[in-house]
Amino acid sequence: MAERLPVALVTGFLGSGKTTLLSRLLGRPELGETAVIVNELGEVAIDHHLLRRVDERTILLANGCLCCTLRGDLADELRDLLSRRTRGEIPAFRRVLVETTGLADPAPILNTLLAEPVVRHHFEPGAVLATVDAVNGLGQLERGAETVKQVVVADRLVVTKTDVADRAEVVRLEERLRALNPAAELLEVSFGEAEPAVLLAPGDGDPRDVRISEGPAHGGDLHPFVLFLERAVDWTAFGIWLTMLLQARGNDVLRVKGLLDVGGRGPVVLNGVQHVVSPPEHLEAWPDEDRRSRIVFIARGIEKREVEESLAAFDAASLAR
Amino acid sequence: MCALCGVLLTSHWAERDSGRRERVFRVRLLNRVLVHFGLELGDWGGRVYLLRDRKGKTAVVEDLGGLWAAAERLAGRPLDPLDPTLVEALRRG
Repeated sequence: MAERLPVALVTGFLGSGKTTLLSRLLGRPELGETAVIVNELGEVAIDHHLLRRVDERTILLANGCLCCTLRGDLADELRDLLSRRTRGEIPAFRRVLVETTGLADPAPILNTLLAEPVVRHHFEPGAVLATVDAVNGLGQLERGAETVKQVVVADRLVVTKTDVADRAEVVRLEERLRALNPAAELLEVSFGEAEPAVLLAPGDGDPRDVRISEGPAHGGDLHPFVLFLERAVDWTAFGIWLTMLLQARGNDVLRVKGLLDVGGRGPVVLNGVQHVVSPPEHLEAWPDEDRRSRIVFIARGIEKREVEESLAAFDAASLAR
Repeated sequence: MCALCGVLLTSHWAERDSGRRERVFRVRLLNRVLVHFGLELGDWGGRVYLLRDRKGKTAVVEDLGGLWAAAERLAGRPLDPLDPTLVEALRRG
């Protein structure tokens, strides 16, 4: 099968600097072969790129689960880009950048990339970025469930407008962002000046830099925690456990991300957003000396202890193999 | 891959690259969980699973994606892996 093309998402509240970031990124020569899908034409100053517009049309499936909706508009656009590229009507492109509206939920986009039969054979999820405005970000997080969801799902949190914000405000915002999504990388960016290689590198799932407090969560009703497992887990038992957990509690398990020791040379990369789980990737080697499994959960109303005990019981049941 | 929409997919993430022996083991392990909810799973030709309750009601499921939703329908309640009585039962073996 041909190599799948990465589709990176740029999410963030209205006015949080998505378009500035995107325009600057696309001005860089190394991002020349990039197709861009946006909601509003005319804002992104990129004449020479493949620019498409979509209407954020979602198709609600029969089970009514919101994170599992398909974004029909996006699927149509990606299929069209592919066929026009094949017919030679547009230049070849090596990646796609999608700029969502400030209110978009990233989960259905990821589901579309992983579940839509044609799309998933040609594309794969790339990095998920969320821009957060250093001046207004705290207020937006207080008021907007959409902003919180975008922060929780992001691989990288891009704090913008730090040049005009009070430093103490920036520090408070970053503390809040780390509390909400301890697995995300945090970057400060002014005027959209950022390194594409850093921003768009695929999220490797490694939460080794996780700074997480075991005390009361500061993320509102969300409760992020990280599990460290001292010994390898049985992959079959883990698959049974996680699929069962996501079926029963998927609406409250907003994010699962980490590295899992399943007894091989390298770990398995886990990356899930509610019911949507990326195909786990087996790595050749661990990124550092620490060989413990580490999994970040960002959940609502679920305690670390119950997750730990449940996973241990499922794993213990596999010992009779 | 979606735990709820697994039927859309040809290969569920939790079952990818696994052979016959792994599948047999998976069914055995699943039955240790499902018995707690009055359900039993069988393998049908290595291609689909047959889920049945004690009254003989059955459901054909393709993979783990479809299994839990079908199990929930047959059991008439959610199957929560965090349920302390299930955890205790698995621990006792």
